[in-house]
Amino acid sequence: MMDSIAGLQLGFANALTLGNLGWALLGCFLGTAIGVLPGIGPALTIALLLPITFKVEATGAFILFCGVFYGAMYGGSTTSILLNTPGESGSIITALEGAKMARNGRAGPALATAAIGSFVAGTIGTLGISFLGPVVVDLALKLGPAEYFSLMLLCFVTVSAVLGGSALRGLTSLFFGLLLGLVGIDLQTGQPRMTLGVPELLDGVNVVLVAVALFAVGETLYMAWRHTNAAPSVRQVGSIMMTRQDWKRSIGPWFRGSLLGFPFGVMPAGGTEMPTMLSYYAERKLVKPEHAKEFGTTGAIEGVAGPEAANNAAAAGILVPMLTLGLPTSATAAIMLSAFQSYGINPGPLLFEQQGALVWTLIASLYIANIMLVVLNLPLVGLWARILKIPQPQLYAGILVFATIGTYGISNSVTDLVLLYVIGIIGMFMRRFDFPTAPVVIGMILGPMAEQAMRQALTISEGDWTTFLTRPVSLAILILALVALVGPRLYGRLVNRAP
Amino acid sequence: MTRRRHLLAAAGLLAVTGQTQAQPRLPSLYMFIPAGPGGGWDGLGRAIEQVARQAGLVGSFQFENVGGAGGSVGLPRFVSQRRGRPDALMVTGSIMVGATLTNKTPVGMKDLTPVARMTEEAGVVVVPASSDIKDIKGLFEALKANPGGTSIAGGSAGGTDHITLGLILKALGRSAKEGSYVAFAGGGPAQAAILGAQVKAGISGYSEFAEQIKSGRMRALATTGEQRLDPSIPTLKESGVDVVMTNWRGVFAPPGIRPDARDKLVALMTEIHALPAWTEMLKTREWADAFLTGDAFSAFLAQDVTQTEAVLKEIGLA
Repeated sequence: MMDSIAGLQLGFANALTLGNLGWALLGCFLGTAIGVLPGIGPALTIALLLPITFKVEATGAFILFCGVFYGAMYGGSTTSILLNTPGESGSIITALEGAKMARNGRAGPALATAAIGSFVAGTIGTLGISFLGPVVVDLALKLGPAEYFSLMLLCFVTVSAVLGGSALRGLTSLFFGLLLGLVGIDLQTGQPRMTLGVPELLDGVNVVLVAVALFAVGETLYMAWRHTNAAPSVRQVGSIMMTRQDWKRSIGPWFRGSLLGFPFGVMPAGGTEMPTMLSYYAERKLVKPEHAKEFGTTGAIEGVAGPEAANNAAAAGILVPMLTLGLPTSATAAIMLSAFQSYGINPGPLLFEQQGALVWTLIASLYIANIMLVVLNLPLVGLWARILKIPQPQLYAGILVFATIGTYGISNSVTDLVLLYVIGIIGMFMRRFDFPTAPVVIGMILGPMAEQAMRQALTISEGDWTTFLTRPVSLAILILALVALVGPRLYGRLVNRAP
Repeated sequence: MTRRRHLLAAAGLLAVTGQTQAQPRLPSLYMFIPAGPGGGWDGLGRAIEQVARQAGLVGSFQFENVGGAGGSVGLPRFVSQRRGRPDALMVTGSIMVGATLTNKTPVGMKDLTPVARMTEEAGVVVVPASSDIKDIKGLFEALKANPGGTSIAGGSAGGTDHITLGLILKALGRSAKEGSYVAFAGGGPAQAAILGAQVKAGISGYSEFAEQIKSGRMRALATTGEQRLDPSIPTLKESGVDVVMTNWRGVFAPPGIRPDARDKLVALMTEIHALPAWTEMLKTREWADAFLTGDAFSAFLAQDVTQTEAVLKEIGLA
């Protein structure tokens, strides 16, 4: 504890120079910009910035990278909310309620709760890095593939929150997502599955691409199809500020989301997607009865605040295994580790000891970046929200162009563009025939992860299925999943039966 | 400050290499990386650019990254788009040998023109610090007695790590198919599984595990190169299992180029390899020099492909 405080003091002293603040500002700016663009993520941006490591000293470069990383997490929610076009997989869930709020004249509060939630979560996450890092990571290492599989089963329960009116339609969507998730090389055998001989499909279908295709392209095509010549209604931008009630409704989700997100980020096979799903599910169940009907209809602010906080806290958590053990648990962390190497620094368990000054400066710069980002983003809310004043035909055309450019940016591949529009057309028909699109994306994220974790666990246990029940943590998670699945129904029945 | 130092270094090199500045060997070179930016192949490509440009050997470089599936996505594109071009190189290595075989891609290593092998990295076999397996003999015994119960973590199936395990099992008189190999996507999750003792042992490139070994969280049992990497860690070969397996990286030209164009590229790489700046680069990146060109490289490649294919066939992946 004392070590951490002394370290932070040293870190802030190093980070608060004019030059380093400049790097932080540049990073935040760049990060927000690329976060807004779908497709181009922080990993690719940092990779493209790698050559600066030949010219710039290590501290400056890492402050820049961290700014990009945190900035991208802030920016990712903006397009999710405004255009239903998520920029990265962690903000797909934000789009569910966020886009509905924007459509109903509540874009301002949605963006604001996302920005402030990101700040709260970023701060909690960074505090976690500073004080809890080594402890949490040792706990996280105790989780093996069996526990991850159980966690993913728990996340599957959350699908029930987005199934919509018809369970049959919802489950059809879910299976479509599971099917898409199977495309590509199977990790455990190295064999291609359902790639139709197209080499570009060997690495699977990008989940952000599918989300953009279903949410944005599908919606746009549907609008074009069903367009009537009635007087186009200009959308209400509504109030930009969060009302007193918005604040009250957001605070709980912010903290719950942050506390949920951070540990998932720390887990070596955790990531940002699972906690956003769990947070969405939790908020949907915990919401006050008078606001419950806003979920899935006009958009509930809790459904934006919670997942967005979970996303950012998880992103901070990802830095913990990287800094304490040298483990790259995400693409961004892997690129940052290779940047360490080009300075001749070998990141590993000894990093804190050998490069203490650099690491603490980096952590201090995370606090600084977080403050910069909220200051940078809150005034932009009004500006962003004004995008919705664009008349619908032009706005939808813009979304289409934007989604196309962003998708091409992922891999410069024409195959991806074809996929975007094929899945977009499928999305259009799904919209027409009332199939919910969210289960597709959830199935696509969870399906492959669950499959790999299950097979890894079974290889380790030599094919013994009881491994999921005999490992205490795994069993506990499975029981939790069961409670989450049948608990609410059972509770409802008991309450009804009571006189 | 740093910039000036770079300029000085460049000037120093110019003085050594003399007139090369006036006339670069190649006015421009197209460098194709069948992987995303920031990885090992990308790193080698950009290192070549840095050294060659400073020495004035190549006028300008143009890079293209097409990542995915161990290079299987980029390879067909390079082969079809650059066929016969004398000024194009692709950075690749042993990962692609396994990947093209398991993915059954119609285009393979045989479609490339080998130019030079540049670097290599030996693998290392590790166990968690808490393991009761103390040395490589202990692991051999466990593998011999019960290969199915001795789970071993590594990178994707059919990759270098998996092949190494297959070769060890074969050398121990078992079948490669009996191994209990747990594939993880990327180094992070694999390391986490070993550190948390979720698996019995792990195999991967030495640099992936080096820091964990140094800090005492993993115990290194053996390295997979011809010679010892670390004086205190034995090689597989000297431990009685005749397996040598390294992750090598090199550059290839497209198919259909004339022999003199190929010779020119070999000469260029030989010249780059001889520069002091290259030696310096190998040192800072901790890459082992594995320079090999011409027929020797072609023979090495053929042997690597045969050996890899045999193991993959036995496991049932090719």
